[in-house]
Formats: sequence, C-alpha cells, structure tokens
Amino acid sequence: MNPLPGTQSNAQPGSAWSRAAARLRKEKVSEAITGYLFVAPFLLTIGTFVFLAAVYALYLSFHKYDLFTPPEFVGLANYRRLLADRDLRIALRNVVIYAAGVVPIQTAVALFLAVLANQRLKLRGFFRSAYYVPCITSSVASSIIFMWLYYKQGIINYILSLLRLPSDTDWLGNPSTALPAIMTLVIWTTSAYFMVVFLAALQDIPVSVCEASRIDGASTWQTFRHVTLPLLRPSIFLVVVLGTIGCMQVFDQVYIMTRGGPLKSTMSIVYLVYTEAFGDLKFGYGAAMAFALFAVIFVLTLIQRRLLDIRIEY
Amino acid sequence: MAIHVLAIVVAIVTLAPFAFTISASFKTLSEVLDWPPTFIPSRLSLDNYRAVWTVSPLFPKWLLNSALASTITVTTNLFLCSLAGYAFARLRFPGRDAMFMATLGTLMIPGQITLIPRYIIVHRLGLVDSLAGLVLPDVARVLGVFLMVQFMKAIPKELEEAAKIDGCSRFGTYRHVILPLCKPVMAALAIFTFQGTWNDFTWPLVVLNSPGNFTLALGLNYLRGQYYTFWHLVLTGSLFNILPMLVVFLLFQRYFVQGMSMSGLKG
Repeated sequence: MNPLPGTQSNAQPGSAWSRAAARLRKEKVSEAITGYLFVAPFLLTIGTFVFLAAVYALYLSFHKYDLFTPPEFVGLANYRRLLADRDLRIALRNVVIYAAGVVPIQTAVALFLAVLANQRLKLRGFFRSAYYVPCITSSVASSIIFMWLYYKQGIINYILSLLRLPSDTDWLGNPSTALPAIMTLVIWTTSAYFMVVFLAALQDIPVSVCEASRIDGASTWQTFRHVTLPLLRPSIFLVVVLGTIGCMQVFDQVYIMTRGGPLKSTMSIVYLVYTEAFGDLKFGYGAAMAFALFAVIFVLTLIQRRLLDIRIEY
Repeated sequence: MAIHVLAIVVAIVTLAPFAFTISASFKTLSEVLDWPPTFIPSRLSLDNYRAVWTVSPLFPKWLLNSALASTITVTTNLFLCSLAGYAFARLRFPGRDAMFMATLGTLMIPGQITLIPRYIIVHRLGLVDSLAGLVLPDVARVLGVFLMVQFMKAIPKELEEAAKIDGCSRFGTYRHVILPLCKPVMAALAIFTFQGTWNDFTWPLVVLNSPGNFTLALGLNYLRGQYYTFWHLVLTGSLFNILPMLVVFLLFQRYFVQGMSMSGLKG
C-alpha cells in the first residue's frame, strides 16, 4: 500500500512522512485517472473502428450475412469457396502482374527523382515541389485526368503519332493495355511519394563518405553504385515492402477508370471485395476474401524481409 | 548544365497532366476533344468555371461537404490524438504500455479488413449516408497518436514540473505547456489528416448513397458518369479538387516531408 516502503518504519500516524506519502499516493491515483480519461476518446474510436472491426470481420468471415437477415454460421465454407473462385484467381493474377511491373519501376523512378532532386540545382525547391505534386493529387482527379489523356483521340496517342508510333490504341478499352495504363498512372503518383523517403535517406549520408570515394578515384557512377546504393539498402527495403503492400490494395483507379474491365483484365482483389460485399451484399464472403488478402500481404512481407536480410548481411 | 536540362524534362513529365487539365478548363467541349489536340486554348474565358457550379447544382454542396468533413476530422484528430499522445508519453498509469503497443499493433491491419465491419457498425448506428457516418470512424487515427508520442517524449520533464509547481492542472499543463511546443507535429498531423479526408474515395463511396451528401471526390466521379461527354466540365471540376491541396502543400511544404520522415508511413 505504501508507495515509499523504506519510509514505513519511521512513519508515525499523522507525521509529516505519512502525510507526504498519502499525498504522493493520491497524486498517483489522480495521474492514473487523468491518463485514462485522456486516452479514452481515442481508444474508444480505435477500439470500435479498428480493433473490434477486425475481430468482427473475422467473425463475419465464418458467416453468411446480407445485412438484413441475421448472420448464419457456415464454418469454413467462405474460405473453401475462395479456392474455387475463378474471379479471385483472375484478380490475384492481375495484382501479381501489376505489382511485378509497378514495384521495380516505381522504386527505380523514385530513386532517380531523389538523386536528381538532391543535386545542386538552381531552383532546387521548385523542382522538388514539381516532382512531389502528383502525389498530393487525389486518386479521383488523377484518374479522371489520365482517362482523358488515354482517350482514343487523346493526348497520349497524339504524342505517339508525333513519334510515328502506333497511335490508335484505346488504352483503357483494350484488355491488353488497360492494366499497363493503370500501372503507368500509379507509377506517376507513387514514385513522387517514395522519392521523399529516398531524399531523406540521401541527406543522412555524410558528404565525407562520398568525397573519400571520389578521392580514391571512383567515378560518379562508381560512387553511386558502390557507396551510395549500399547505404540506401534499408530505404530500398522499406519502399519495396510499402510499394508491394500498396499494389495489393489497388482499388480507386480500378473502380474509377475501368470497373475491373475490359474482360476482367484490371479486376483487383479489393475491387472484388467491394463488389462482393457492397454490390452483392455477401458481407461474410467479402470479409473472408479480405482476410485472404491480409494473409497474402503478410506472407509477402515476411518473404521480402527474409530475402533482403540475406543480402544485407555480407 | 546537362543536369538542369534533365531536371526540366522530368518536371515537364510530372507537371504536364496538370498543364493539359488547366488548358482544357478554358476550352469548349469540342476544342477539348479536337484532333490534333491543341495546348493553347483559342479563348480565355472562365465559362467552364462558372458552368461547373450551375450544370450540376450539387457541385457547391460537394465542395462544402468535403470542406466540412476535412475540418471536422482535422480538428478531432488534433485534439484527441494530442490528448492521448500526452497521456501515453508523459503520464503514468497501469496498462499504459500495453495499450500503446496494442494501438501500434493495429497499424498492421489493412483498411480493407475493417471496411466491411466499419460499414456495418455505421449502418447499425443509423448513420449511413450522413456526414456523421462519414467522419465518425476517422475522428482519431493511430498514426496521429504515434506521431504525438514520438514528439512529446523529447520534451524536457522540467517544463512540466515547473508548470505543476505554479499550480497548473494536468489539462492545463497539456494545454499551456505541451501543446504550444508541439506546433510542428500538430501541423504535420493536420496536413496528413486533411489530405486523407479531402482525397479519400473508398470510404465515402461505401458510406454515402445520395448525391447530395457526396464529397467532391465522389461527386467528380458521379459527374463523369452522369455527363460522360462533358470533359471540359469534369476536368475543370477536378481542378477544384486539386487546388486546395496544392495551396496547402505550397504553404506548408516542409511539414509534408517532416511528417513522412517522422512516421515512415502514409497517413
């Protein structure tokens, strides 16, 4: 009970010591109460809409639920159905192609932008902002703008015609070009975002390290390849992991630009979750699909961590 | 010299889509769809800017809804996250660290997992298709608390003790001592939250049904589907979605970068 055990023996009731101890105890209790009160609104929100929601999603994934009739327990039926779902297989394949294209390119472009923005440029502030602007643009605005650029008689085809390349492609209406078209838009926005990660990492590298390598006779490229790049490895890991997770979750652009079409060529997993749940009111099945996605993301993160760890070691 | 040419070429690639959109916002519909496309509009009238407000009478409402939703989430996040952050960083109470760790753990849960249950909870509360339903799940975010705790841990204890001796209550200490020191992190959080709500598409799409309640992001998509061929208006409308964000970005650039480097995550 006594917060100051060492003082107990010489504390007489009513003495200055015990009064001090009581005050301290009271203060501790009041500090705890204040603490709980301060975190309560936050915890209530997160508890309901993240914690409880996640548990509820798990519960739903074992049920059949359409919002209007009570949930009906179906065991693992939803998960078993996932394995046979042809649309899900198509979506998974699309997302893998999408990530395989987007992640390496966006990482390389982001690194390139960061190195460029880190040069001694006149108007460096302007260039940095100019490179970052795509990523403050909402997915709706950028999707709408790119839809118009991708138009059959649009600006992209016009630029191609100037270069004497085939220029009558209906980019978003053609099953073989729709997904690459969305990939290009996404690379345009997310590279800008990841540029900042690399820019911060570049600025953390001491100038003396690069100077030393220059004095040893290394060229600019050799310095970048053998000094800068290895030092950036943790950031590259971060960008690859975050980039892959982001790719797995692609939805807005698909919904706005193609609705999964043409011929399901742009259908993504989250788009499928959305249509199952909010289109067909299969909330239980949608939840199971979301958990399958979560599992994929989790495994991918672990694999990436393992792979990149091995290379970091030497 | 060569590096400057390269820098300019890259800037053209990143900015060209906006430049084309701005030029389209001055054109007539037929001019927008002209082949070969032109860059300089033949006229310089603000007709399209006027027309977006009148062709879709809901446009001003969408802007207002977006502004309201963003203002509300920014305000509540700043208050609730800093308050909780203060408790997690500076006060001692049983279970504090466990609560904080559990909170951080939820960062691993992707939004798609919680989308369906969030909708059902909001539906049960009878808040579907309302501003309240739109903002309620976002009044406080884990990332906000994480940023606050990171920042507040670095504030010297002596400042708080001095306030206590001067007879300041704990809320008073939070309000008059801690908060003023947290301006940079508050600015970063405000911008993150504003960007998140202003640009959000998925949650409004799920929770809002009637066009009158739409946010601007949702309204633009609706406008595109509704008046499919009116590209000059849809593109002009999208500028209204981009511009406020751009202004905020140009005014508070360093907080965008600061917030990102503090968190290493997107808000």
